[in-house]
Amino acid sequence: MDNWRDGIFEAIKAAGVTQVAYVPDAGHSRLIERSIEDNDLRAVSLTTEEEGVALLAGAWLGGAKGVLLLQSSGVGNCVNMLSLARTCAFPLVMLVTMRGEWGEFNSWQKPMGATTRAHLELCGATCYRCDRPEDVRETVESAFRFAYFTNSIAAVLLGQRLIGAKVFEEPAPC
Amino acid sequence: MLNRREAISRLLADRGDMLVVAGLGQSCFDCFAAGDDPRNFYLWGAMGGAVPAGLGIALAQPERRVLVVTGDGDALMSAGAFATVGAEAPENLAICILDNERYGETGGQVTHTARGADLAAMAAAGGVGKARTVRTEAELADAIGALRSGAGPLVAVVKVAPESEPGALPPQDGPHLKRRFRTAALGVEDK
Repeated sequence: MDNWRDGIFEAIKAAGVTQVAYVPDAGHSRLIERSIEDNDLRAVSLTTEEEGVALLAGAWLGGAKGVLLLQSSGVGNCVNMLSLARTCAFPLVMLVTMRGEWGEFNSWQKPMGATTRAHLELCGATCYRCDRPEDVRETVESAFRFAYFTNSIAAVLLGQRLIGAKVFEEPAPC
Repeated sequence: MLNRREAISRLLADRGDMLVVAGLGQSCFDCFAAGDDPRNFYLWGAMGGAVPAGLGIALAQPERRVLVVTGDGDALMSAGAFATVGAEAPENLAICILDNERYGETGGQVTHTARGADLAAMAAAGGVGKARTVRTEAELADAIGALRSGAGPLVAVVKVAPESEPGALPPQDGPHLKRRFRTAALGVEDK
């Protein structure tokens, strides 16, 4: 069942988002494709995730809502820029696809994957986690309500078990 | 050499309904010294954030002129954002980089622009074709016209003297700066 991906898209649309900022991740690929195809959304490809934090602060100054799509590794790139959202109480929704956990094959993903939630919480974000498809849409909707009503940072961590661990083509070493 | 405060004072005079993002440090102080305005958003931190924040406003308000005023240190930190601006190509976004070739707030250490880096060339290579370096009064006069009303995106790197100007500190309270900007720019009253 992959329709949780469409559930995220529908939640974004229902929230009134017009700017979708992203550094690509395989787990977000369908959402990115649908955002690019949608004439009412501006899909902004970033060179680094911290750009997205500042971009979406600007979006809100200009009266637009946004969402930041990133992988857990990209959370580390955002740390100082999140001070912008926190200090000025900008609403910010981050949808984070997790790596470095369930079935991971790449050891270089482990350090950020293991500390993503802690990093975000130290930066003042409220974190929600999804491991079951049936929880995703409702959780994303809740994150938007939280961020935009309370002028704060909400992050939804989409677990690697939900997304499906990336398959490495060589035989497993064990 | 050109004086940064005079350059920004001239750029922001008769600004019309222009929306301004000022990068951290001297750029903030220059914009404040030119006359505080609720449509100025001053960054007191978030280094590397001025250009992408300006882009976000420009995309949200395509009918309004958006000006980013920032320094060479901030622009170097967000060099990748030139490519994002180039890719999005907002016609209403203008970026003025005050390049004193120094980190002015931390003791005047030289930046890479004093050692060969060319920010206008970096912007152009990132896809912002309308990028220029400004060194003379005549070039500044022409650049001010372009920054105010030329079709964007465009970047003007204004080479300025390294000396610091007298203190001119804008408000620092983030939620206040955000709310007053949205009220002045959009007419909304946030609760």
